[in-house]
Amino acid sequence: MTTSTTFAGRPPAIRLSGVGKRFGGTGRSDGVLAVHGLDLVVEPGEMVAFLGPNGAGKTTTIDMVLGLSQPTSGDVSVFGMAPRDAVSRGLVAAVMQSGGLLKDLTVRETLRYTASLFAASRPVDEALAAAGIGDLSGRKVGACSGGEQQRVRFAMALLSDPQLLLLDEPTTGMDVEGRRAFWATIRDDAARGRAVVFATHYLEEADRYADRIVLIAHGEVVADGTGAEIKALASGRTVRAVLPGADLAALHRLPGVERATTQGDMIVVRTCDSDAVARYLLTETGARDLEIETHGLEEAFVTLTSDTRPQATSTEGALA
Amino acid sequence: MSTLETDPATRRVPPLGGFNRTLLGIELMRVLRNRRTVIFALAFPVAMFFVFGSGDQGEQKVGVGNVAAYIMVSMALYGGALIAAATGAGVATERAQGWSRQLRTTPLHPVAYVLVKALVALSAGVVAIVAVNVVGAAKGTVDLPLGAWIACGLTTLVCILSFAALGVFVGYLVPGENAMQILGPGLALLSFLGGLFIPLDQYSAVIRDIAYWTPMYGVAEVARAPLTHELPWFAIVNALAWLGLFVAGAAWRMSADTARV
Repeated sequence: MTTSTTFAGRPPAIRLSGVGKRFGGTGRSDGVLAVHGLDLVVEPGEMVAFLGPNGAGKTTTIDMVLGLSQPTSGDVSVFGMAPRDAVSRGLVAAVMQSGGLLKDLTVRETLRYTASLFAASRPVDEALAAAGIGDLSGRKVGACSGGEQQRVRFAMALLSDPQLLLLDEPTTGMDVEGRRAFWATIRDDAARGRAVVFATHYLEEADRYADRIVLIAHGEVVADGTGAEIKALASGRTVRAVLPGADLAALHRLPGVERATTQGDMIVVRTCDSDAVARYLLTETGARDLEIETHGLEEAFVTLTSDTRPQATSTEGALA
Repeated sequence: MSTLETDPATRRVPPLGGFNRTLLGIELMRVLRNRRTVIFALAFPVAMFFVFGSGDQGEQKVGVGNVAAYIMVSMALYGGALIAAATGAGVATERAQGWSRQLRTTPLHPVAYVLVKALVALSAGVVAIVAVNVVGAAKGTVDLPLGAWIACGLTTLVCILSFAALGVFVGYLVPGENAMQILGPGLALLSFLGGLFIPLDQYSAVIRDIAYWTPMYGVAEVARAPLTHELPWFAIVNALAWLGLFVAGAAWRMSADTARV
């Protein structure tokens, strides 16, 4: 699934082994378990999307990879080192969703400030040009629009030529054109060996730009694969038909059926073998008005991250 | 497009935890570019020196110098304290804006950051102190031996560190960028009470007794000691106690905030 052969012999960009993070645990209470038993390897050159609902543990995970917080259990390594060591060497950079800028500095001053902190850095003008804001260098950061500020953060992240780039909702506030240009630059970099991990709420963005999607929910990886594989997981289809007094137990016994429910006279069956359900309904029952519906990534996202997660464990097993 | 060394094993860590002159220069420029800071910490003390340091009484002897010198040192302390407090308050603002978190994703070591802020507070303090002193020298009414002049500048510089800590403390207590709206008038009031603007012997006994307990009194006596050659023991206790209190307050608020990064 990945391009690890190209970088044989090198440690992975990210390795999370059994990582858990608990917040606010004291003697009396256990606190909140934000992440538990997270196992994940990201190789150099991979472009990975972290997808998951709010509170799923995406930002907690990114914080641990950046060394901003420590796992309460398990081990985090970045290029085979402790996260903080990788950050000190300019190997990791992050683009945060909001904040993290001084409004009273100009764009160029912000870049010079940041560049001065690294042992070696690319020229400021080059980073500005790469982020598409060469014409903004004299402007005060506070006078920049949300999308422009996001590019300032991006330019800052490029200064140390990081081998791992972490992006938290990177295109928030960008217009369509800016978004396209942004991803073109990122993909360019990934092609030259930089690992990119981005958290996003834009499912379409994850599907279109990531080589690999890691679905996180309730602090766990619930699915891990390409966009097509993730879609196939929940590919389950939904079969609907009008069938008064349906025998739900019989439907559940059919191969591939995940869930069968009724909505009035209508039955709704989620299955990965829609043919079997359709054949059964049309030959052995009086069902009519039968419809079969396929799911997009959006549906997969909801299915895999919902609270009930009927097939979460089997999903994980299938792809791990 | 240029790329740096891509092999993780050969990447270097910056020396001194990321501390460097560019960083120091930009941070100092930020303080001196703030219009409010420049007006209240540079222009205002200079103007006050002109108002209070003029007239015949400026010629009167005080210690090894004269009254004009006494007022010059007092105004330099006021300006320096204000600019140091503004720098300190900036730490909390930067944290609120997420800049501290951003810096944590760079090689900059937290100790180097605190060191930069302390040096910026001192450097900006030097600018404020020098501004008043240059005007004092140019005006020609100040009588102060060179050695005592330099000594006063140095004692003043040490004393303003106390207010850098106060700035950090107040910055954390008052959310947003409004800390200076409390620190500005607050320091002016403390300066009146501490005898920076009006000598304490002009006050009634009651107010003077209160003044001995306020934070500007101790540092003012310490800063002027090379000139007056007088330093009551309770002024030293006052200066050290308030320094301890402000540093403890700043450390307390900062550590309470660290959990969130």
